[in-house]
Amino acid sequence: MDKTLQKDPAKKIGAAIAVCLIAALYIFLILLDNVLPANGFTLMLIPVLKKGAIYSLICVSMNLLNGFTGLFSLGQAGFLLVGAYAYAIFAIPSDQHAAVYQYFDGGAIGFSIPEALAKVLGENAGAFLGAVICIILAGLVAAVFAALIGIPVLRLKSDYLAIATLGFAEIIRAIFQWNGVGPVTNGSNMLRKYTSFSAIKIGEIKLATAFPFFIAMICIGLIVLLINSSYGRAFKAVRDDEVAAEAMGISLFKHKMLSFVISSFFAGVGGALLAMYQTTIQANAFKSAMTYEILLIVVIGGIGSVSGSCIASFLYIACNEWWLRFLDSGGVTLFGKEITVPFFRDGFRKVVFSVIIMVIVLFFSRGIMGDKELSFAGLVRKLRKKKTAEAAEGGAGK
Amino acid sequence: MSAFFQANLPYLLSGISVGGQYALIAIGYTMVYGILRLINFAHGDVFMVAGLVMVYATTAMPMYLSIPLVLIVTVVLGFTIERVAYKPLRSAPRMSVMISAIGVSYLLQNCALYFTGGLPQMYPTIPWLSDSVTIGPATTKVVTLVTPFLVLVLVIALVRFIQKTKIGMAMRAVSRDFETSQLMGIKINSVISMTFVIGCFLAAVGSLLYFTNYPSVVPTSGAMPGLKAFVAAVFGGIGSIPGAVIGAFLIGICENIIKGLGSNWTVFSDAFTFVLLIIVLLVKPTGIFGEKATDKV
Repeated sequence: MDKTLQKDPAKKIGAAIAVCLIAALYIFLILLDNVLPANGFTLMLIPVLKKGAIYSLICVSMNLLNGFTGLFSLGQAGFLLVGAYAYAIFAIPSDQHAAVYQYFDGGAIGFSIPEALAKVLGENAGAFLGAVICIILAGLVAAVFAALIGIPVLRLKSDYLAIATLGFAEIIRAIFQWNGVGPVTNGSNMLRKYTSFSAIKIGEIKLATAFPFFIAMICIGLIVLLINSSYGRAFKAVRDDEVAAEAMGISLFKHKMLSFVISSFFAGVGGALLAMYQTTIQANAFKSAMTYEILLIVVIGGIGSVSGSCIASFLYIACNEWWLRFLDSGGVTLFGKEITVPFFRDGFRKVVFSVIIMVIVLFFSRGIMGDKELSFAGLVRKLRKKKTAEAAEGGAGK
Repeated sequence: MSAFFQANLPYLLSGISVGGQYALIAIGYTMVYGILRLINFAHGDVFMVAGLVMVYATTAMPMYLSIPLVLIVTVVLGFTIERVAYKPLRSAPRMSVMISAIGVSYLLQNCALYFTGGLPQMYPTIPWLSDSVTIGPATTKVVTLVTPFLVLVLVIALVRFIQKTKIGMAMRAVSRDFETSQLMGIKINSVISMTFVIGCFLAAVGSLLYFTNYPSVVPTSGAMPGLKAFVAAVFGGIGSIPGAVIGAFLIGICENIIKGLGSNWTVFSDAFTFVLLIIVLLVKPTGIFGEKATDKV
């Protein structure tokens, strides 16, 4: 079986295509950051690409939990918040502490990881490595929170689990806004001035757009490896039938916990990236509506499909921030003519959006990809089959 | 003791009032969950829409017409949501229905955002209900005193309705066993619609009382009361109407007493509800009045 797989030419070609496409993507992103002029098109494209990459990671992390392990958790916003705060707290330069923590006497944290590294390695390398370390730290902090929350919560089932995780996310939000921990979290005021994407460079080459892609791609790659491992198969077994899985010797609690903690780790990483993207964060923004939004993107992409989540994230962000903007602006320009439509005003975009989402939920509940994955090897195989089928038909015709 | 009472009377009063309003929302949750096993995430938003309808209705017509209009529009809305968004998914997995509910909630909030233009809408003052009264050291609105009694009357009427009428009996049967009651000739769809109609009617009454205490309505103002009412329903034992009412009063009172502890603790007034939820789920998942569920494998 293994031999035939390795000899499968479609897989080789597919991998080659994937490598080429990824290389082309990065070349394009680096060109976008450094060479291409800043016109109306690139100014819309860059934020969409950045946010799309970040949302891809966040949605895939939610899909790992909801789609692959069958745990209907609604706590994602809480873990994003933890990740974003953990990142920001460790990445604010120490000379900015007095300004940021102005109501808390400069805060309790007297150091900053990127700054400390910059002293040793030089400014650019320090910022890059410091940001990576802070991002990993953000993931770890979120994972610790998840481990603590998981102990009581993972015993619950389906909708009780959903409402309990939702509750924990709200509790986390309240704790982070509490003045008692203000010296660390700055209470309900925002955190700012930390290392953001614009500070990420190698030499003179700016990596503001390539960096989120880089991090998100590594994380999604790790999640895919996990899903294809024996742990991933155990997750799917738990999803499909808990009793049968337990009878096969799979420890339910252990695997649920594993999935919960890993998903939260990546949600934390996603939160850190989101913090870098926004340049300021405030706990008040991480409401349950945010979780709902992520869940709906996962549903659009297909519950149980990693590539579906990624496609849906980019589509959603592009529509939301760019393509459907005209719905809010009062009119459309068609063939050079300005047409004003009376009901096109602020918020109409969101109404259209939610109607589309309801149509998908009601009539296309499998989403874009269902539970299938987009694979180049599969595409190559399909094309070949078509060719051989055509050849066979041609032969029969003669 | 009396000093504590004197200091906390305003909070206690508003706690009882808010608790009563939560109770009216919680009944909708608990009835729907009892029958469909669905957390109707859109219920809080239906409550918000009722508030907005009131705002718009009073600009066009007198109060004695707009209040019935609010009740009717809300009931029709609830009925439509059930028919359009939940009925097609009756045989789908529970997760899909819940996602559909979240979708409806998203839709209602975004529609509200569109119609209001994102601006807070001033809630009209309802005559008599908005008048001020003074009780001992506390000054409050009439609505605070009316709420608990109105809730009591409505709940007693509802319980009688469920125990005595034919459709009430059908509701109890459906909540006990969905399939069997269908086999016994109960028209399941009309029973479910009736549940939504009653739930939304009570939510509309709740919104009249709730928003009288607040200056304005915004598109997200239904989300938190909705979640809290759901927690109240879980606390009281899901499916149990008296349980939901007691849970709602408890949450309303506790939340307001926490608000009274000082500005440092106000952030926890919402979080407290969820702490309570988690404790209940861990210690007694069936709630105080819930029936013991048997896990069928």
